[in-house]
Amino acid sequence: MSVESIPIPASREDRSLEVPVWQMRVGTRLSRIAAVIGVVVVLALAALPAIASRNLIQDLIFVLTMLTLAQLWNALAGWGGLVSVGQQAFVGLGAYALFAGIVMLGLDPVVAIPLAGLFAALIAAVLGPLLFRLEGPYFAIGSWVAAEALRLICAQFKSLGGGTGMSISPGELSQMVGLKTVQALLGLRPAAARDVLVYWLALALAVLVTLGIYAFMRSRMGLALAASRDNAAAARSVGVRTARIRHALWIAVAFATGMVGAMVYLQKARISPDAAFSVTDWTAYVIFIVVIGGVRTIEGPMVGVLLLWGLVTYLAQYGSLYLVVLGSLAILIMLFMPKGVWGEVARRRHVQLFPTQRWLARSR
Amino acid sequence: MRWANMLELRAISKTFGAIVVADAIDLTLASGEALGVIGPNGAGKSTLFNLITGLLRPNSGRIVLDGVDITNLSPEARCRAGIGRSFQIPQPFDHLSVFENLAVAALFGGGLSEADAIQHCGRMLDLTGLEAKANRLAGSLPLLDRKRLELARALATRPRTLLLDEIAGGLTEAECHELVETIRTIHAEGVGIIWIEHVVHALLAVVQRLVVLNFGKVVAQGVPGEVMRSREVETIYMGVPA
Ligand SMILES: Nc1ncnc2c1ncn2[C@@H]1O[C@H](COP(=O)(O)OP(=O)(O)OP(=O)(O)O)[C@@H](O)[C@H]1O
Ligand SMILES: [Mg+2]
Repeated sequence: MSVESIPIPASREDRSLEVPVWQMRVGTRLSRIAAVIGVVVVLALAALPAIASRNLIQDLIFVLTMLTLAQLWNALAGWGGLVSVGQQAFVGLGAYALFAGIVMLGLDPVVAIPLAGLFAALIAAVLGPLLFRLEGPYFAIGSWVAAEALRLICAQFKSLGGGTGMSISPGELSQMVGLKTVQALLGLRPAAARDVLVYWLALALAVLVTLGIYAFMRSRMGLALAASRDNAAAARSVGVRTARIRHALWIAVAFATGMVGAMVYLQKARISPDAAFSVTDWTAYVIFIVVIGGVRTIEGPMVGVLLLWGLVTYLAQYGSLYLVVLGSLAILIMLFMPKGVWGEVARRRHVQLFPTQRWLARSR
Repeated sequence: MRWANMLELRAISKTFGAIVVADAIDLTLASGEALGVIGPNGAGKSTLFNLITGLLRPNSGRIVLDGVDITNLSPEARCRAGIGRSFQIPQPFDHLSVFENLAVAALFGGGLSEADAIQHCGRMLDLTGLEAKANRLAGSLPLLDRKRLELARALATRPRTLLLDEIAGGLTEAECHELVETIRTIHAEGVGIIWIEHVVHALLAVVQRLVVLNFGKVVAQGVPGEVMRSREVETIYMGVPA
């Protein structure tokens, strides 16, 4: 090697020829093992419809869509500091855009899903600059008010069922892309095959969103976002365009949230403004998942959604009492495990399956 | 080395309601100069930094960097243009590690690639004595280390003009001496410095020129030794009537 023989212009600052003194690492051996296990779990989930009952598939659609919403809310509020209680706006917009696409434009549902996401993102792009003028609790209230306004607007569309909502007939969905294949593959009737198709779409979205958020948090933009959340003035003073980063995050989260809304209501095949824009279903439960699971971790929403699923399944028989139990549990966990169940495990055992901290060490 | 900026404040005024915190201030930092700023509590010193970095907008007046009017630039753009600052009350990114606090500054303000940023941050942590704590969460640091972090993070942005706001308070004699050496090293590399400091002997060991602020006005400026003996400084600090 004759690196030395290459003349280096004196003016150029080229550090690449120097031996690096420091190095940075993020992953751990445990996180690499976790990645392998993760791949196995996802493959198993993908193969599950071959043996699972229709009930289980429907339950898992709930789990996967709630997981996606929780990851998205965690990115927005936990990492980004944008504590929104109006995410139901984008679930509702996505759902209504899907129905409009199918009923009014005659689109294929599978094609309409990403378009529904785009529509939610577009509205988010318009709302963002208005909401970002509000800070902290005012932002939270503003996002909720915006969601209510959008609910009222959607209720005005008579062709989409107005205030009472509407259903899509199974016939309209029977020509859906991929449905015949699923029917033939698993020997299912159209309604069950539609569940499987939505299940696969929901699984794909949950995996993409989880990995996307993880990659983002490990990237330089994720670092800038975390700095903006901790101290906006200081972040700006070290060169971070805080407003741009938050706005981009807000739009990206709305895009994925809109797609979740579209998938959920494609499976239900019935929509109403009160359900699609429900603050309880699409924000309160989601916050519950993130808070009991562990805010600002990738693992937290996974743990949280499994806890919620277990509670919903076993407490449903007690009727409205189960909301009381859910609320009390949330308060207890917040009091005794402020970092959530996963946060507590991570703190005590020093385990992180999805580490984000960048560690600095000397190379020699 | 990047060239140091020339920074000019032209008739900068700022009021908070009825209080005037900057009263038609004219001030120039020559390229590569080290300027000290002293003045009693509430004189408007930190406010001056907030005006220079863009966190506050002046009611009137212009701020000019290398002949370019930056009065309407955002704080982040001013940082990228070469202005780095420390905060009097430390403002760390609590949930990030010390190293990550610097990394975000080097990547965004400093415009470095990831590979270069890692080496640059390592050097700045070494220089400021924070290397051993590189992987601790910034929120868990004691006050003195938070102040060190302020300096280290400002340096990570690779400033050409460095604004330091009371970083020597609370240090032992030996630590203070080390700090003075560090700032001298930075200055020797061609970085322009404005340093607000109550620990006057540390300040005088570094700066070439001294400015005295009171009630948002420059009441004296010039060679440090002469300014310290001036009637204005005596009036402010000793309470001798003018
Ligand atoms: N954001 C603000 N809103 C209202 N008043 C402010 C604001 N920031 C500073 N002040 C007031 O402006 C005056 C100047 O404050 P500044 O922080 O610039 O003083 P200083 O010279 O840095 O003082 P110290 O030596 O105590 O740091 C003070 O009276 C302060 O209370
Ligand atoms: Mg001050």
